[in-house]
Amino acid sequence: MSHYADNPDAIRALVQDKQVHRDVYTSPEIFRLEMKHIFANSWVFVGHESQTPNKGDYFATSIGDQPVIQVRHTNGDINVLLNRCPHKGTKIVIDRQGNTGKFFRCPYHAWSFKTDGCLLAIPLKKGYEGTGLEETQNGKGMKAVGAVQNYRGFIFARLADEGISFEEFFGESLSSFDNMVDRSPAGKLEIMGPPLRYMHKCNWKMLVENQTDTCHPMVAHESSAGTAVKLYEELGLPADAPKPPAMEIIAPFMSPYEMFEDMGIRTWPNGHGHTGVHHSIHSNYSAIPGYFEAMCETYGEEKAKQILGENRHNTVYFPNVMIKGPIQTLRLFIPLAADKTLVESYIYRLVDAPDELTARTAMYNRMINAPTSIVGHDDLEMYERAQEGLAVDGLEWVNIQRLYEDDEDFDTEAVENGTTERQMRNQFHAWVKFMTMDMDPKAAPAREAAE
Amino acid sequence: MTVTKDDLIDFIYEEVRMLDEGRYDEWLALWLPDGHYWMPLDYKQTDPLNVTSLMYEDIFMLKLRVERLNGARTFSQKPKSRCHHVIQRPFVDEMNAEAGTFVTTTFMHYVETRLDEQQLLALTARHEISLVDGKLRIANKRVDIVNCDAAFGNIQLLP
Ligand SMILES: [Fe+2]
Repeated sequence: MSHYADNPDAIRALVQDKQVHRDVYTSPEIFRLEMKHIFANSWVFVGHESQTPNKGDYFATSIGDQPVIQVRHTNGDINVLLNRCPHKGTKIVIDRQGNTGKFFRCPYHAWSFKTDGCLLAIPLKKGYEGTGLEETQNGKGMKAVGAVQNYRGFIFARLADEGISFEEFFGESLSSFDNMVDRSPAGKLEIMGPPLRYMHKCNWKMLVENQTDTCHPMVAHESSAGTAVKLYEELGLPADAPKPPAMEIIAPFMSPYEMFEDMGIRTWPNGHGHTGVHHSIHSNYSAIPGYFEAMCETYGEEKAKQILGENRHNTVYFPNVMIKGPIQTLRLFIPLAADKTLVESYIYRLVDAPDELTARTAMYNRMINAPTSIVGHDDLEMYERAQEGLAVDGLEWVNIQRLYEDDEDFDTEAVENGTTERQMRNQFHAWVKFMTMDMDPKAAPAREAAE
Repeated sequence: MTVTKDDLIDFIYEEVRMLDEGRYDEWLALWLPDGHYWMPLDYKQTDPLNVTSLMYEDIFMLKLRVERLNGARTFSQKPKSRCHHVIQRPFVDEMNAEAGTFVTTTFMHYVETRLDEQQLLALTARHEISLVDGKLRIANKRVDIVNCDAAFGNIQLLP
């Protein structure tokens, strides 16, 4: 029977100051409620505008468990529609992407819809005359999401019709998107190829938390980063010889604790935060000829230096996206079940920057984020072991108290030691907020007195 | 040495046997120093550099990959994975005896297993082979997985 539905007190009881109950990772009921509350009330990443550059271009994806279509409308705007025919439920778009022309046409009975969702035509329409179809929700057309925002090319949507505004939801955290886009001399990014798709048998939040977990790289990734350092030393190359790319990208994972402590972590309201306030594993990449000059041309030297001097490591946007500004990567943690998550890792090209930068970004993506990655292998192993280990009864809480301080206020921005778990606590603070904001205790099913 | 079609076919068979038996030092010794192992992410992908691949690895990376498998703290290899190739007779697509360069295409099924899980991948391997100092060596290898765009869990050994 249902325990958590419309029971905000029970939800709040899962998250304490320094620990969270395992049900947040393992309960199928909690998972369903996350889809209904968190993914409906937050602003969730959909796609990049360059995936649908021309009128009629579409891209099929999902927001939580809701199938959606990002489509370029006839007026040039990007709309986000729920991917089902209002007639019988058939998914309108079956392939991942394509061009639909001026309208969508359901493959089942040929109902057609404009690219803003409005019903265009129904074959043999006289069969509906006098039946009142036009007064029904189904007769209006394809359902659109509650709200859409294009932020510098990145498309976000809120499923709920009413709710928090885009600006309030993200606030100052958008500075990480700004830095990623500003790194293009044209101020513009463009998608490069399909994403890596990596299946994880664990809860989606484990992946999100890992993005700001700075105490694991030197441990979990010793087998890859540590071995890289060892192999490189065995080569005995002169110090000024160009390093193998693996060294530049993988070896920094082996940096000592002090490096991660000093890099800093910043948290913002609504569950967003990032590692690498002062420097990061991306700080010491070799310079690409011609790039700085192109940046100076656009921004002037001072501003160019400021943009390139910002080397944020991972910026996490609640609920389920992470970006790496310095290498133009976006990872989406798509929840499929309480114990199943699909990770899609996208890369973008800096328009008007040298191709070598794109090549480095693509290299990072395959070395670190692929199902074939020797770094990814050990991460996945940790998540899946955690998912299995959480079955242990009698020890039902997960610890998140590293560098905890009394009276932490997650509604204000803060910068802390880079190994704090404050960002994990920040995410759970937001988790409770968005989980309970539209719960209705009066609608709660009757509960047994024993509970 | 004159390279025959059979020499090339035997070479491919021996290579997969090394991989299945975990004889990685011998396998690495087959490679020319500037070779790349490429596993595209997209069907009929043409660019290994500016879009993502599953793998595009030079010898340093391949060495690292192989060395890691035996590390004391390689957690995803406790217990170890095992693999198994079933290959069709390789097609010899190009034979340039004068230059000592050859190209083969081989269709195969690849099974990788660990713990209670086993996955099957169907793939096409394209080998560029060179004759150097009387020995056949791998100049480049491209592995196209037939469902390359599917979502995978870990693929830890070498298809
Ligand atoms: Fe990791």
